[in-house]
Amino acid sequence: MTQEINKTNKSEWPLWEVFIRSKVGLDHKHAGSLHAADAEMAIENARDVYTRRMEGVSIWVVESKFIHASDPGESESLYDPANDKIYRHPTFYNLPDEVKYM
Amino acid sequence: MTVHSFQEHFDSLIDRELTIEPRDWMPDDYRKTLIRQISQHAHSEIVGMLPEGNWITRAPSLRRKAVLLAKVQDEAGHGLYLYSAAETLGVTRDELYDQLHTGKAKYSSIFNYPTLTWADMGAIGWLVDGAAIMNQVPLCRTSYGPYARAMVRVCKEESFHQRQGFEIMLTLSKGTEIQKKLAQDAFNRWWWPSLMMFGPPDAESPHTEQSVRWRIKRLTNDELRQKFVDVTVEQAKVLGLEVPDKDLKWNEERGHFDFGAINWDEFWNVVKGNGPCNKQRLETRKKAWEDGKWVRDAAMAHAEKRKAKKDAVKAA
Repeated sequence: MTQEINKTNKSEWPLWEVFIRSKVGLDHKHAGSLHAADAEMAIENARDVYTRRMEGVSIWVVESKFIHASDPGESESLYDPANDKIYRHPTFYNLPDEVKYM
Repeated sequence: MTVHSFQEHFDSLIDRELTIEPRDWMPDDYRKTLIRQISQHAHSEIVGMLPEGNWITRAPSLRRKAVLLAKVQDEAGHGLYLYSAAETLGVTRDELYDQLHTGKAKYSSIFNYPTLTWADMGAIGWLVDGAAIMNQVPLCRTSYGPYARAMVRVCKEESFHQRQGFEIMLTLSKGTEIQKKLAQDAFNRWWWPSLMMFGPPDAESPHTEQSVRWRIKRLTNDELRQKFVDVTVEQAKVLGLEVPDKDLKWNEERGHFDFGAINWDEFWNVVKGNGPCNKQRLETRKKAWEDGKWVRDAAMAHAEKRKAKKDAVKAA
């Protein structure tokens, strides 16, 4: 059974995540994923799949297996430290009306 | 968290119109239904290239040819967005292809009808893509994040598909007597299968309620079908073509068009594999996959060889 699985996985090209910069000055944003034999092919495929209408000026690809993600089940404790620190926001501070542009 | 609280959390995301993401907990049936629905949609995009591919080499002008090529390429792209969305649910691409090639998975039965004349390119764009858009726009707000995001891309690109089809129909219907006849004939053949694209009537669609609850379906089959009829009948008037339905009539009270009975026996017969082109479509797909095997293997071998060379240089 394990052998069977290895056989199918071997024939399948690895999965890549695609990030696209849509305009000069903006950051790269996740666009989707695709299969390709190597990074060069992944970039060419990403051009054909995700930028057929000039949606990008720059492409990043990374093999999906190298992405590490936070656990949604632990998001409460993960973000907990930021929860009670409203003084990190400018709206926490009261200023007299005379003060403009601050 | 216990299974019960997982379920509660999931339900509350659904109720608050928030999205479910790949790593979130979800009920098994939700996952299974989504894999089925998304992959069926992906398969439809891929098989949907075949009836139109039939006319690329015979398009009547360079402009029409470039447009048709771009449309078919878009369909390949749509298939790929959707396969990727399905893969985030834990199924591999090879498994999905295998389900299509063995007939285990279905695709939209409309693609089992033949494309006999150039006017069919117009009718497909206008009617089939029109029906698809009607179906897909509400899915941009579906509950599963990767699916909703794929649908946003698909819908953005799809509207040119319908317009180019309508333009072909308009040109033909304003053309010579023979051209007008071709347009009407294509309309006659594609109208009823297009209405069937929305699926069986609500009364015979047992999963609708659950799917609406999960927000993987936002309107019922009959609601979408009615919307499509109302919009398309008006467009046919612009073309000066006759809707091939003698029972079609405006219903003042309902504020909708009444239309004739759909031949559901024909629908189920095509779904079961006995449509005019079922065999041919599947065989073409399988042949393309099998004939492409050496290319996939060669690309992989080439990538491995290059990597080994690079590693050797680094080590030296």
